[in-house]
Amino acid sequence: MTDAALSQAGAKRNGIFSTAALQKGVAFVVLVALLAFFSVFTENFAAWNNMVNIMQATAVNGVLGVAVTFVIISGGIDLAVGTMMTMTAVTAGLVLTNAGLPLPFGILGAVASGAMMGGASGSIIAKLKIPPFIATLGMMQISRGLALVFSGAKPIYFNSTPSYKYLSPESSISLLVPGLEIPNGVFIMFGIAILASILLNRSLFGRYVFALGSNEEAARLSGVNVDFWKIVTYALSGAICGIAGLLISSRLNSAQPALGLGYELDAIAAVVIGGTSLSGGRGTILGTIIGAFIMSVLTNGLRIMGVQEEWKIVVTGVIIIVAVFVDIMLRRRA
Amino acid sequence: MGETDAIHASAAAAAAGKVRPLLALSGIEKSFPGVKALRGVEFTLHPGEVHALMGENGAGKSTLMKIITGVYQPDAGEMKVDGQSVSVPDPRAAQALGISIIHQELFLMNHLTAAQNIFIGREPRRGFGFFVDEGKMRADAAALFARMKVDIDPDVEVGTLTVARQQLVEIAKALSFNSRVLIMDEPTSALNETEVEHLFAIIEDLKRQGVGIVYITHKMDEVKRIADRVTIMRDGQYIDTLPAATTDMATIISLMVGRELADSTRAEGRAGEDVVLSVKGLNRGKVIRNVSFALKRGEILGFAGLMGAGRTEVARAIFGADPIDGGEIEIHGRREVIASPREAVRLGLAYLSEDRKHFGLVTGMSVGDNITMASWPRFLKGGFFMDDGRMRAASRDYVERLRVKTPSIFQETKLLSGGNQQKVVIAKWLLRDCDILIFDEPTRGIDIGAKAEIYRLLQGLADQGKAIIVISSELPEVLRLSHRILVMCEGRITGELDGRTATQESIMHLATLRQPIAAE
Repeated sequence: MTDAALSQAGAKRNGIFSTAALQKGVAFVVLVALLAFFSVFTENFAAWNNMVNIMQATAVNGVLGVAVTFVIISGGIDLAVGTMMTMTAVTAGLVLTNAGLPLPFGILGAVASGAMMGGASGSIIAKLKIPPFIATLGMMQISRGLALVFSGAKPIYFNSTPSYKYLSPESSISLLVPGLEIPNGVFIMFGIAILASILLNRSLFGRYVFALGSNEEAARLSGVNVDFWKIVTYALSGAICGIAGLLISSRLNSAQPALGLGYELDAIAAVVIGGTSLSGGRGTILGTIIGAFIMSVLTNGLRIMGVQEEWKIVVTGVIIIVAVFVDIMLRRRA
Repeated sequence: MGETDAIHASAAAAAAGKVRPLLALSGIEKSFPGVKALRGVEFTLHPGEVHALMGENGAGKSTLMKIITGVYQPDAGEMKVDGQSVSVPDPRAAQALGISIIHQELFLMNHLTAAQNIFIGREPRRGFGFFVDEGKMRADAAALFARMKVDIDPDVEVGTLTVARQQLVEIAKALSFNSRVLIMDEPTSALNETEVEHLFAIIEDLKRQGVGIVYITHKMDEVKRIADRVTIMRDGQYIDTLPAATTDMATIISLMVGRELADSTRAEGRAGEDVVLSVKGLNRGKVIRNVSFALKRGEILGFAGLMGAGRTEVARAIFGADPIDGGEIEIHGRREVIASPREAVRLGLAYLSEDRKHFGLVTGMSVGDNITMASWPRFLKGGFFMDDGRMRAASRDYVERLRVKTPSIFQETKLLSGGNQQKVVIAKWLLRDCDILIFDEPTRGIDIGAKAEIYRLLQGLADQGKAIIVISSELPEVLRLSHRILVMCEGRITGELDGRTATQESIMHLATLRQPIAAE
């Protein structure tokens, strides 16, 4: 009966007491520990400007992480998020710079092209029954290739759309509160995270994402339109990649078609560090954001400490393994 | 210790007239935090004996087996093998003592061959231990199969075998350890009648070879058939050991549940007259052949037949889970084409799979989520958000109505007992307003006490006007529940019986009524 008592205390409602939340708690502790460590052992880390740098650096990976969190909880994987992001940035460039349309069309173009690519991945997975790993591996190459083809393999600059930089590097809030120089991109990341969290935990779609990841066949036999919701999941992931594409190209004031490869692994790392189960059915958006922060704090802190940049990659690898190990231990106990 | 020597020794002891038990446990105690799992358990097993172990789920059978096989350590008590006191610190030690277990769910690697599965981890080697001696491995496997008198090709990929034959591979594996104590946990749960017969023949053979078999089962007739003695456990306590041949079933049942059970009742109440589901000429390849029937309001229609007769296939076809080649389905008098489970559910059909864990429940999700799952779109507020308050109220309502034993609706479903999980699935469909319920093996893996409760629940649902199909391989279950019984054999309906007058014999006659097909 101890089992029952234990699990009642840890009753799962995708809520505060779930094992995912525990793991998220662990990730949070790691983040705080890293912040404390770098604050104590370096002079410049804790400076406000540096904190803003960290937030700015987290924005893109955070948003990509959110995109892939949906897919991973649904029991899939999306390897194309990095290159879809690039393709959406190129789309924005084509719409704004080459076609000369106003900013909203660029935003729409980026998000819509992302949704289309994601939707294509989802359709291939749901209808052609191709495993997500393969389907999105294909989409990764397709989107990377398309980005290079459509851009002529050259960066597209946004000089003709001065307002474009308001999407990420500029700080609108500093106009209201002078001195509070937090870039808009950071707010967009948090905004996306909050919306995604609501969508995941409060909406019908969110329930289905969890149900698909937990037991797809049971969901199907319960009358759930499994194929449809799968496609929606990947399309949403793609659309959110569109937001990431806007953020990164706004920050660079250009769509860089050669960029993007490797971002998907950072995004998946953030998701995993944040306690989302790669086998599906379990996970949180907040965890992913914390995971993304852990990665950028590491990069930033180690750089300030003068540690060779590449060590950060090693440390991230170690953290991924430790995070998943802690997750397994926690679940075994529960 | 040489295993072969020990076998000779016990055979000699038997010959001398004083049979020393192969395995003897006494005063076994085991506690888990907050639970006394076993109290003063006694158990002896003689060479060449089949000793049935019976008890409801939670009676402590599995815990006892885990102690014998070294998974758990007892808190107190003694275990003797061949009269020698032993300790079994881990499963490997149990294996060395000649104790093997064949689990209900088989642990085989589907993509490896039979021989590879049998010798996994201890493959015969050659070439300085660098290469596997495939030839020897194959020959040894073939020898084991020959000993069991089964014709399984050692090179066959295990995944391509039937469950029954996979089980034989497991038994061969156990024998390859020179096992003298073989524990079988509900070995017939996935076998058809012929396969069961075959298994029993092999068990008889093993008995003659001096192997002692601990036979865990819920099925009374099997105990009668093959067991020499039966030990009954209840609530972690040893109740009694009785000779199987002279003890009647009612006694065993009453010892198991601690009360008398009048279980020979038949379906009560009357089915209504209006047909809610009518199936005409349903066909799907060779598995469903020209199946037609009608289901009435308030009726429980039993589907009997051997495994593989096509009952589950018919259910899945009606439910839109598998494509059909032809046939008409009418629901409430309207012709419908059901292309997917989604449409079936929309039309008020529900299919409760025999495999709850894989098809019925999302076991990692809460009781509440599972109950509401098929109805989520109805719990939207403002067209987008889930109305958690209403969902909780609805789940609590059904937990109460069906008396699901759970600490709360937030409990993870996998922690519930089989009977309560089944109730959760039923609740899911009732909440979805389904009025045609198809139950596939509704009490599989559910203990006797909970079975009676599920039966009452089904009868109650029929009385309320739900139309129910029950597919069951347990004849007493079909007889007890059904107003009408359809019997299937090889994809076709071979007969219809009245639930009040049908007998096990009349069902079995129809279930084996094969039809030679001219064209094939």
